[in-house]
Amino acid sequence: MSRPFTPKVITANALLEGDVVYFTPQDNWTRHMSEAELIEDEAHAQVRLLDAERQQNQIVGAYLADVAKGPNGPEPTHFREDFRRTGPSNYFHGKQAEVA
Amino acid sequence: MYSYSEFDHAFLAARNAQFRAQVQRRIDGSLTEDEFRPLRLMNGLYLQLHAYMLRVAIPYGTLSAAQMRQLALIADKWDKGYGHFTTRQNIQYNWPKLPDVPDMLDALAQVNLHAIQTSGNTIRNVTADHFAGAAADEIADPRPVAELLRQWSTDHPEFQFLPRKFKIAVTGSDQDRAVIRAHDIGIQIVRQNGEIGYRIIVGGGLGRTPVIGKVINDFLPQADLLPYLEAVVTTYNLLGRRDNKYKARIKITVNENGLDTFRELTEARFAEIRPLFKGMDQDALAAIAAQFAPPAFLHKDTAAYDTTYQADPVFRAWADTNLHAHRADGYAIVTVSLKAHGQTPGDASSDQMRLLADLAEAYGHNELRISHEQNVILPHVHKSDLPALHAALKTDGLATANVGLISDIIACPGMDYCALATARSIPVAQQIAQRFDELKLEHDIGPLKIKISGCINACGHHHVGHIGILGLDRAGVENYQITLGGDGTQDAVIGERAGPGFAYDEIVDAIERIVRAYLDLRETPEETFLQAYRRLGAAPFKDALYPEASRKNAA
Repeated sequence: MSRPFTPKVITANALLEGDVVYFTPQDNWTRHMSEAELIEDEAHAQVRLLDAERQQNQIVGAYLADVAKGPNGPEPTHFREDFRRTGPSNYFHGKQAEVA
Repeated sequence: MYSYSEFDHAFLAARNAQFRAQVQRRIDGSLTEDEFRPLRLMNGLYLQLHAYMLRVAIPYGTLSAAQMRQLALIADKWDKGYGHFTTRQNIQYNWPKLPDVPDMLDALAQVNLHAIQTSGNTIRNVTADHFAGAAADEIADPRPVAELLRQWSTDHPEFQFLPRKFKIAVTGSDQDRAVIRAHDIGIQIVRQNGEIGYRIIVGGGLGRTPVIGKVINDFLPQADLLPYLEAVVTTYNLLGRRDNKYKARIKITVNENGLDTFRELTEARFAEIRPLFKGMDQDALAAIAAQFAPPAFLHKDTAAYDTTYQADPVFRAWADTNLHAHRADGYAIVTVSLKAHGQTPGDASSDQMRLLADLAEAYGHNELRISHEQNVILPHVHKSDLPALHAALKTDGLATANVGLISDIIACPGMDYCALATARSIPVAQQIAQRFDELKLEHDIGPLKIKISGCINACGHHHVGHIGILGLDRAGVENYQITLGGDGTQDAVIGERAGPGFAYDEIVDAIERIVRAYLDLRETPEETFLQAYRRLGAAPFKDALYPEASRKNAA
């Protein structure tokens, strides 16, 4: 038995600003994880990752990140993705300050 | 201080123009990220967790007031008004945007600074004793050697694609403040029978395989320095492994081949290339050394210092911890702590940078240093100026009296910024500092170095902390391993792992248990933590860390 597929989102950093972005179902990039496409199928995840990686003029380093399905869209399951979604803990900088 | 030649200016301008064009081509799509990445890394530009990060070299940690002011300007104009001083005496900006980076590099070039070779598999920023040219115990100023090596290694065509990064440190004192035994090459200026030469140490390093460097040459004559170092790096370049990133550093090369074999190969190469060095390098070194002539030290009365020292207990506490012996009469070396309790270790706001620049001009012969311990040094301050200096430092949170104490913690950026990190470092450092400040135990505890890394790469030097903390990701949860008894000085020792790790909310209590055990166990208040550890071994400290295991064993 193969293990059940953990839901994913595609995330990357924006080319110009360097901040964290997420891939949407409309092939755009959003600053909010909650607006990211929730991918629940492994084969589909690979196809979408290829779609995302084609946008080299907008992003850097796209990858699949584990998430859980939340009431308001995808939620991080690992603390690293939670920090990426929020910003550093020593200053109120980054997403927590800029994306209201 | 070294000032750039026409060649230096032209080289840097050309290099910055080249990188500006590379950035433009990345933005317009002519370069892919795979093509651009090695180019940006060669110029110190990383992509981190939340943003780009620009790492600017501060060669051998030395800055003028004008350079420090420019760092402040860059922080205000293109970043968020602060910078982070690192364990390689560099400064990192955490929030630059890609299109702005060429302008930032041009602004740096205006004051003879750059970000070249602060990343990549090249010879990195050469570090030196932060008390260079000031320490009472110094044989010679290590900075001329460091500057010579900077010029030699910058854009050295043979050493742009080494198996792995390569770090060199230089000290001119027996007392090692530059951690030379944890470097790929450590250089110690020594004197033998009245002659100055170099002790060369190779193959040290921290990271996932910590190794204390070994002496490859106990006394290298001055004129042989550059050909010998070139022979070492060439030997490593040929012999070092490129099949496995984790076995690519020179410490592995030396261990796998044996020091004797590595030395033989180095000597053979040295014999080949030594005749090619016909003295131009020594002329260059002499010209550089002339630029590091000591400032014109003043002869003034120190009564103002003595009076304030007697009268003001806050000043006295600061003077007792933050001053070191200077070679010149009436002078002191001032370490300005960037470790205010609860603040981020190594961070300075642009206002603080400007204040430090002003104070360096007013009281410090226009010199500043950045230490690998993430503090700022004013290396030459006359004692009569110390009360005024201290009063000025107090106005912007820079007068913390904790240098060398438990809250003077080295911490890497950790998972608050770093893409490689496996756990956070900064909040752990903040909480430890605050805990011991609240307990009012810091000065009673005395000298104690805590060093924290947020991943196995050990930027926070945890292996050589008296107490080291390593943050790891254990099944999706932050977990902190403790090492004990490490030492980064001339008696360098890799710390010993104490046992199972602690959760994020347990680590500060765990540190407190170790420290309380030390306070109970020390023979006198003068016996330091490290001395007590060396006398007693790890056992009593482990008992304090793991009381339940200790009780079980006793039962």
